[in-house]
Amino acid sequence: MQATKHNKLTGLLYLAPALLFVLVFTAYPFLQMVWLSLNNWSLITPPKFVGLDNYTRAFTDSQFWVSLRFTFKYTILITPILMIGGYLIALLVSTNTGPRRATRAVVFLPVVIGLGASSFLWYWLFSTNYGLVNQLLIDIGVITEPILWLGVDASTSNWAVIISIVWKVLGFGMLLFVAAIQAVPREIDEATMVDGANQWQRVTRVILPLTRRTVLLVTLVSVIGSLLAFDQFYIMTAGQPQNLTATSVFYVYLNSFPYLKLGYGAALSLILAVIILLFTIGQMILTRRSPDD
Amino acid sequence: MIDMRVGSWARLRAGRSKYLVGAALLALVVIMLLPLTMSVLASLKTTTEAAAVPPTYVPSELSLAGYQRLWNYQSGLPHYLTNSFVTALLTIAITLVLTVPAGYALARFPIPGKEVLFVLLLLALIIPYQALLTPIFLMFSKLGLTNTLIGLAIIHTTIQLPFSLYIMRNSFESVPRDLEEAAVVDGAGSWQVLRRVFLPTMVPAIITVTLFAFVTSWNEFLGALVMMNTDESFTLPLILAAARTVTSLGSTDWGMLQAGVTISVIPCVLIYLLLQRYYVSGLLSGAVK
Repeated sequence: MQATKHNKLTGLLYLAPALLFVLVFTAYPFLQMVWLSLNNWSLITPPKFVGLDNYTRAFTDSQFWVSLRFTFKYTILITPILMIGGYLIALLVSTNTGPRRATRAVVFLPVVIGLGASSFLWYWLFSTNYGLVNQLLIDIGVITEPILWLGVDASTSNWAVIISIVWKVLGFGMLLFVAAIQAVPREIDEATMVDGANQWQRVTRVILPLTRRTVLLVTLVSVIGSLLAFDQFYIMTAGQPQNLTATSVFYVYLNSFPYLKLGYGAALSLILAVIILLFTIGQMILTRRSPDD
Repeated sequence: MIDMRVGSWARLRAGRSKYLVGAALLALVVIMLLPLTMSVLASLKTTTEAAAVPPTYVPSELSLAGYQRLWNYQSGLPHYLTNSFVTALLTIAITLVLTVPAGYALARFPIPGKEVLFVLLLLALIIPYQALLTPIFLMFSKLGLTNTLIGLAIIHTTIQLPFSLYIMRNSFESVPRDLEEAAVVDGAGSWQVLRRVFLPTMVPAIITVTLFAFVTSWNEFLGALVMMNTDESFTLPLILAAARTVTSLGSTDWGMLQAGVTISVIPCVLIYLLLQRYYVSGLLSGAVK
């Protein structure tokens, strides 16, 4: 009895630093954000309580909707490319032969570098006059005039960023898919082959169903990442043209920092956090389930 | 006769698909390696060639001019490299100091309300740090932590905490109980058990947590952008952002920018090549389970 009580205390003591850290640097800021969202504050004058005004304002703020729509458009365009591309590559490289292992390592390589670094790299590659993308397209005769990739047309900018991010994170999904494909029980796979199934049937009837939990999870992780996109747009398009390529996080950042509308920025943050939360809950439900169902 | 023909047809098909797969693998490798290769090559161009229109693919003459300009840029590259390294080391230190004991507590002690506390500890998973930057910025202004490396390291720790805690708890749980029971019978206290029994078996988990903390901190952009407003406090990603826009002629110094990209990529690639096993296992257990 004494020992358990002692144990409880000791355990709490070991847990205390991490708990304290989370309370101070995550829980408290979160509560403060809720409070901030109910106030108008620009740091210069004292905060003024405005109730839910910031939220009602968000719903009529066309720029906020533009940013939200753009973020969803980016997410909807990039997610299938990442998932299907990652899965096809995973199918191609899932057996453990030398060349396949090497290909896996190379495809995964961009995942380990920084999003900032990769965005600066592609900012150069997509530069109108100095970039190699236009130069290559001109040299192979696809175009005659350089394309204005970044910051002029919202859709073209979006595609340029999508290409850069696909290069950067394709390996993430591939790696998780390879692990899932390799975990498909060999007997099941062999039985299918003996039954005379072709590759297509093998993939669609055996491998895909048995790895669907991983596919769902990676999709969610990827969607959450895309909904929180910031670095790539800040660096490659700076939100241009006319903030049409400013993502939600970008718009929150603009309001909170350069514009110093702290209360409004906090309200936007909370709205965004709630949207993300829906996807996170999905992810948590999936991770809680045992791997074999 | 028929069997033979079917056999050779199958063999022919197998042979052809082998070449197709080989070609696909090669194409993938080339496409994935090309951007980084071109960046490294561009970083080695002379000043005039780096600004040439139309651009060249391969430098006609190798030069370290881009690196030289980066070396002397504002407070100087060594200063920014130090900032980035110190922030990363602080992030690693705080993360380990918090998550090793916490993982131990969660795996081995009968704490009341453990499940609730665990969820609280994973709070950062539920609320993305991007959303919390405003209140954290306000708090840090009051505490004098803006423009400090320790302040930035705290933010990077909040990002890394859920993942690290998860890895640590699982790693502690996977240690057989008889190991520590023997030590307890010998009269060791919980702290001694942690140090003597657990820490040696925790090495892979510690490497994994360290590795991910380093990579996160080294590359993190938005938190640094918000917290660091003076040029001396910039980390590497911020100095790249500054280098993109600040030039004498109002255009980008492409050679210097690609030199910066190359330098920020090098530690990440090295770590990946050296610790690939930990990287992959960490990613698999952190992202999927």
